[in-house]
Amino acid sequence: MAAHLKKRVYEEFSKVVQIPHEEAPAKKLRLSKPSKSAALHIDLCKATNSTDALQYLLHFARKPVETESVEGVVRILLEHYYKETDNSVRLKIASLLGLLSKTQGFSPDCIVDDAINTLGNEKSHQVLAQLMDTLLVIGTQLPESPAVRQRLIEVACKHLSDTYFGVRNKCLQLLGCLGMVDTPLTKDNEGLVRDVQSIISDYFGDQDPRVRTAALKAMLQLHERGMKIHEIIYDQACRLLSDDYEQVRSAAVQMVWVLSHLYPESIVPIPSSNEEIRLVDDAFGKISHMVSDGSWMVRVQAAKTLGSMLQVSPQFLEQTLDKKLMSDLRRKRTAHERAKELFTSGEFSSGRKWADDAPKEKLDTNTVNLIASGACGAFVHGLEDEMFEVRIAAVEALCQLARSSASFAEKCLDFLVDMFNDEIEEVRLQSIHVLREISTHITLREDQLDTVLAVLEDSSRDIREALHELICYTNVSTKECVQLALLELLKNLNKYPTDRNSVWKCLKFMGSRHPTLVLPLVPELLSTHPYFDTPEPDMDDPAYIAVLVLVFNAAKSCPTMPALFSDHTFRHYSYLRDSLSHLLPGNGLDLVDSRCGLGSVESAQLFLQQSLNRVSTIQNLEAPGAQDLLDFTIRDLRRLGELQTELAGAADFCATYLRCQLLLMKALQDKLWNMAVPLCLKQNVTATAAAQQILEETYKLEFLYSGLDSRQVATIHHVRLQAKALQLILTARTRQGLDSLISSCEKFLQDIESFQRLFLTELPHLQDSFVDKLLELMPRLSSCKPVELVKILQTTLRQSGLLQLRLPEQTMSINSRTMRIHRATATIIEPTGESDNPLRFTTGLVVALDIDATLEHVQDPQNNVKVQVLYPDGQSHVIHPKPGDFRKPGPDRHRLITQVYLSHTAWTEPSQIEVRLLLAYSSSSTSLSSPSKLGWSDSIDSLPTPETAVEGTIPFSKPVKVYIMPKPARR
Amino acid sequence: RSCILVSIGGKNIMLDCGMHMGYNDDRRFPDFSYITQNGRLTDFLDCVIISHFHLDHCGALPFMSEMVGYDGPIYMTHPTKAICPILLEDFRKITVDKKGETNFFTSQMIKDCMKKVVPLNLHQTVQVDDELEIKAYYAGHVLGAAMVHIKVGSESVVYTGDYNMTPDRHLGAAWIDKCRPDILISESTYATTIRDSKRCRERDFLKKVHESIERGGKVLIPVFALGRAQELCILLETFWERMNLKAPIYFSTGLTEKANHYYKLFITWTNQKIRKTFVQRNMFEFKHIKAFDRSYADNPGPMVVFATPGMLHAGQSLQIFKKWAGNEKNMVIMPGYCVQGTIGHKILNGQRKLEMEGRSTLDVKLQVEYMSFSAHADAKGIMQLIRMAEPRNMLLVHGEAVKMEFLKGKIEQEFSIDCYMPANGETVTVTTNPSVPVDISLNLLKREMALGGPLPDPKKPRTMHGTLIMKENSLKLVSSEQALKELGLNEHQLRFTCRVQLQDPHSDTDTLHRIYTHLKSVLKGYTIQHLPDGTVMVESIVIKVSSSTEDPNTKVLLLSWSYQDEDLGSFLSTLLKKGLPSGLC
Repeated sequence: MAAHLKKRVYEEFSKVVQIPHEEAPAKKLRLSKPSKSAALHIDLCKATNSTDALQYLLHFARKPVETESVEGVVRILLEHYYKETDNSVRLKIASLLGLLSKTQGFSPDCIVDDAINTLGNEKSHQVLAQLMDTLLVIGTQLPESPAVRQRLIEVACKHLSDTYFGVRNKCLQLLGCLGMVDTPLTKDNEGLVRDVQSIISDYFGDQDPRVRTAALKAMLQLHERGMKIHEIIYDQACRLLSDDYEQVRSAAVQMVWVLSHLYPESIVPIPSSNEEIRLVDDAFGKISHMVSDGSWMVRVQAAKTLGSMLQVSPQFLEQTLDKKLMSDLRRKRTAHERAKELFTSGEFSSGRKWADDAPKEKLDTNTVNLIASGACGAFVHGLEDEMFEVRIAAVEALCQLARSSASFAEKCLDFLVDMFNDEIEEVRLQSIHVLREISTHITLREDQLDTVLAVLEDSSRDIREALHELICYTNVSTKECVQLALLELLKNLNKYPTDRNSVWKCLKFMGSRHPTLVLPLVPELLSTHPYFDTPEPDMDDPAYIAVLVLVFNAAKSCPTMPALFSDHTFRHYSYLRDSLSHLLPGNGLDLVDSRCGLGSVESAQLFLQQSLNRVSTIQNLEAPGAQDLLDFTIRDLRRLGELQTELAGAADFCATYLRCQLLLMKALQDKLWNMAVPLCLKQNVTATAAAQQILEETYKLEFLYSGLDSRQVATIHHVRLQAKALQLILTARTRQGLDSLISSCEKFLQDIESFQRLFLTELPHLQDSFVDKLLELMPRLSSCKPVELVKILQTTLRQSGLLQLRLPEQTMSINSRTMRIHRATATIIEPTGESDNPLRFTTGLVVALDIDATLEHVQDPQNNVKVQVLYPDGQSHVIHPKPGDFRKPGPDRHRLITQVYLSHTAWTEPSQIEVRLLLAYSSSSTSLSSPSKLGWSDSIDSLPTPETAVEGTIPFSKPVKVYIMPKPARR
Repeated sequence: RSCILVSIGGKNIMLDCGMHMGYNDDRRFPDFSYITQNGRLTDFLDCVIISHFHLDHCGALPFMSEMVGYDGPIYMTHPTKAICPILLEDFRKITVDKKGETNFFTSQMIKDCMKKVVPLNLHQTVQVDDELEIKAYYAGHVLGAAMVHIKVGSESVVYTGDYNMTPDRHLGAAWIDKCRPDILISESTYATTIRDSKRCRERDFLKKVHESIERGGKVLIPVFALGRAQELCILLETFWERMNLKAPIYFSTGLTEKANHYYKLFITWTNQKIRKTFVQRNMFEFKHIKAFDRSYADNPGPMVVFATPGMLHAGQSLQIFKKWAGNEKNMVIMPGYCVQGTIGHKILNGQRKLEMEGRSTLDVKLQVEYMSFSAHADAKGIMQLIRMAEPRNMLLVHGEAVKMEFLKGKIEQEFSIDCYMPANGETVTVTTNPSVPVDISLNLLKREMALGGPLPDPKKPRTMHGTLIMKENSLKLVSSEQALKELGLNEHQLRFTCRVQLQDPHSDTDTLHRIYTHLKSVLKGYTIQHLPDGTVMVESIVIKVSSSTEDPNTKVLLLSWSYQDEDLGSFLSTLLKKGLPSGLC
């Protein structure tokens, strides 16, 4: 009690002294800025006990501090720090110091000394640890001043001998983050010159596991900062691999891994023998050993790191898959070996006899190595691990290693195929993906293919689709394999009709990959007969289409095959070529179809270029002729896009662009432009609509296509500007209100400016264009009256209407990069929109609608893709799917599987709603790279959005109709 | 069967109390008279620990506790406690009701026995009494199987029971921390086997079942009620789910249903997958697996039936087998080992005509498959466990001697620890190196600290002086003064004296001075005084010089030191024996 009273008296006392002393500067501060420091100071002075003070500090920490007042705040905090007797308050102050020194724009070098001084007479270990942390923050904020670092390092070394583990931890962390990479200058008390590494490595043997971990982490940190770790550390790290504590082992695994990358070729002796091996092999062996560690965290870590040790020698690598089986001391063949043997001997798997796998040879007891020494069987263990995290890590590691070594890929095949049967779907999926990635190296045997194909019946769509993807890339060895695959795929098609597209695609690749294997199967597949005509199969049968896809794709590179076809096959080809052009090859079957001789990418490209060249002559044509030319070109391009999938994006892009031009041309060429306003009302309407449409199209052009360069973007913006000009003119003609005209004029001028700003580099390419002219007139424009401005615009627009169409140049540039332009597309797979059964639900409640869609070439779908639901009454909802609903099955492809909730008031009868996907865009995202991140406060919401930013959405999928029926609630 | 007696630190513990299934007479139970001829076992045993519910590990429990007489605690895990009585009851029914044996334990005895059971949780340390503590670890094998770590003072034993180091479809892998027991008692059923990966076997199994079902055949899987049966159920259930199959799966009813109930209940004892997904759906709530009725066997169309018992020697599995044997589309899958003489054994050996009772013969046309699903650790697994626990000694039980011999060699070679493999009834004694905890007085420690030296390092031993007092069952280390005070004894001075002869032509005083300078140069950091009374004092050691009577050149040095300065004193005497360096003035 007495002590408490004394404390209070002390505090009271300090308050009395402090207030008059600090009052004046506090007031001054208040004048210049919102005086955070003053407020804090007063708060702290008001605090009568430590709990209060702590509360104030906590409260204070929630608010951001301006850069200029940081130093003041720090001073006040430090002042209070010295007075404070309570550890927790001091701790909080210390942590606040750290936070404050992170404030952007504040250079903490002025508080280094104070911070170091506080260490001097600190008794509490916890506070000491926190102070070291603060110093660490300060140190990292000042990467440019070696003197400060040197001081900090010295301080850290001094406190390394602290008895509290936290302090040692922080010191090591500090050494790791700030330790000088090149200068070995820290002096020990014996006067020995020691470098940071040896100091840190001393603590590898610390009594506290947390400190050992921190030491390893600090060493890793040094490595990350580009310091070369000495090779001596290797031995020490290896010893720590058998530490009692998992976090130490985990860090040690990392350390060994780092060293194996630094010194892969060094030679290390094998203990208890006089052999020597490469360090990377030794490390590989040791880490492999950790795959059977007791802690699963370590196992995951070990399995992961194994994957990136590509320099390891092949014999060690192959040991990881080695597991000698024995039974009663007799060598037994693994099931894999047996399967292989059966396969090579041409026997069918019997498995009927009990002693089928009976052990054969007698093993010499001395050669059996029970405990996996070194790399032996690491992956065998990893893949059989209890935790799926370890299994996934092992699968990934296998993948990485297999990609770099074909022979290893061959060997690990069996194991990966085994993983297709894992109990966790993620693991199955992952192993299918991995197999796909390494499939360039491997050819599947029949029995392996059999196992792979068995998974086709899996009820999970993800698995099936991954498998289809895999089959697309797989090489098989015999025609039986092809037949087997076809059979299984047809079975799959039968069982899951929704997989249709995926199965066809799969067969397309299968056919084009193995033309010679398909050839002998053709008569059987098409069920042709040498003498008899067989009935013509049903063209709408998905299974028949599947067979045709396989055959036609094989025929592409096998000229002898078409000879085997019957007449109707050719007919079917031309039908399919039209209806499923993406699945069928464009050339190779010359006898079948000469209509689309333009098949290869090159010729298509040529065609694209020619069409665009043709458009360039448009200036010389009369208006109707020009319009016709544009019309035809647009049509051609659209068709080209359909036929040549590689060029679809570019062709489509050009077509849309030309359409904008066409619209603009039409709008401008209306003869009624010079008429009096009231007379041309109707004309105005169409022109307004055209302007609006052009605007929309330009947004589509800008955001729907990926792979555009700034030239194209500039062109798009240019058209947009024209459209805006058109709009402005139209507004001026129709509406009388001068105010609105003035404001829109101003807005237009702003637009021009921002265009100029954004596309400064592109301006030279836009000579003689609309913008070019406008910019010439700019000084006049900005000073003149709105009416005058409109007039100028009108003339410029009409004059430049044809002149500025310098498309050839621009489109040539599009053309040269044509392969890169892709259109973002989305297809809603589910709901199919074919159901006649309405989805019934009670009004006021919700019903979940499953949506499954594939998205292609969409950038950042998690943020941009939205689902729109349109109700018959015109209501529309936009739903933002969760980021987790997007999957990425392949490059540039995304899959959205989500649920949207529908609800509505009661209807008398079922009706259809429309569901579609929207691509959201905002023009600010192109002009500003990314909003700069703010400091430690959470006041991001205050970021002003640029006024020019236009946000909107583009529907980019076909709408799907869903039949729903909200029933009235029953009483 | 397993029944192991361990004496550790004065405590007697019985590990498992199994019975032998092969015998029908007294030999089936362990010989409890080994412990005591007359009287109850309670006086001789401190506790009984049951590792899991298999009858070869717990079958003799009611016999021991009720018929022989034991009232002490019996420890087992919760699932074991739940399932054990079901099995015992079933076993009792077969023996008493079917075979008509008398002198067997009754249902009431099983109940009474179970009342003495204390349940254990995983990783929970249970104090049996003041000194004895036990802790259970997960062992895989079957639901509720546990390994136990038994500790008395600083001595400890780990008993594994049966365990499995590779996870399966419903259970995880055994795990133990680095507890470094003095002895690790491990089963060694598969001492000489290294098994192939589980996945191949599973895949084979599923493929066979699937193919058979697609052909429209019926599949019979004879199983024993608990353990593997659940694993296979899960396997098939998930496969059905994944592949969208519709053919029915049946499970012959009986005690399995009760047991399945417990599997549902003890989710925490199962593997990662089941534990993670049970919130959505408990994997043991089978969607595709239904209870079997006798009449279903004649239903047309494909089906899969699990039926007991596992070796096709009797019961439902045999009945179904008889019905289905004639059709080559059907299939029987034997998931485990079959004893010689059973039908299971015969058909596995390829016999196609079976003689049934009543001289009728049965043509076996269905396919017979063998799939081994065993949940014991193989040789690699055993080695892995040793590596995990790092025991100081190893003891192998529950296996065949020849096979154990091989494993023993391997263990001794790899880990360089002693390995034992006692036969039944044999006792192995392992000497341990127990550490004895001693209280140390704070003053003494502080004084030791004040003497300086590096910070204490727990990994390095350090010597210190003190007096050990053993009093009333406690040990105390105190400083000698305190000990004297406490014990009321007078302090005795113990001094060593020593004569050293030295060839030195100088006079006595000169010699003394020479010694003084010599010592001064050698012993830095010690107080060395040259006293006026003709002596040199090094700390408390007195050195005097006198000439010998016969030869004035031979000087006799007299050294005298107290017991406390023994180190320094003996150092000085050896130093001086070497003589003085000639360069001294």
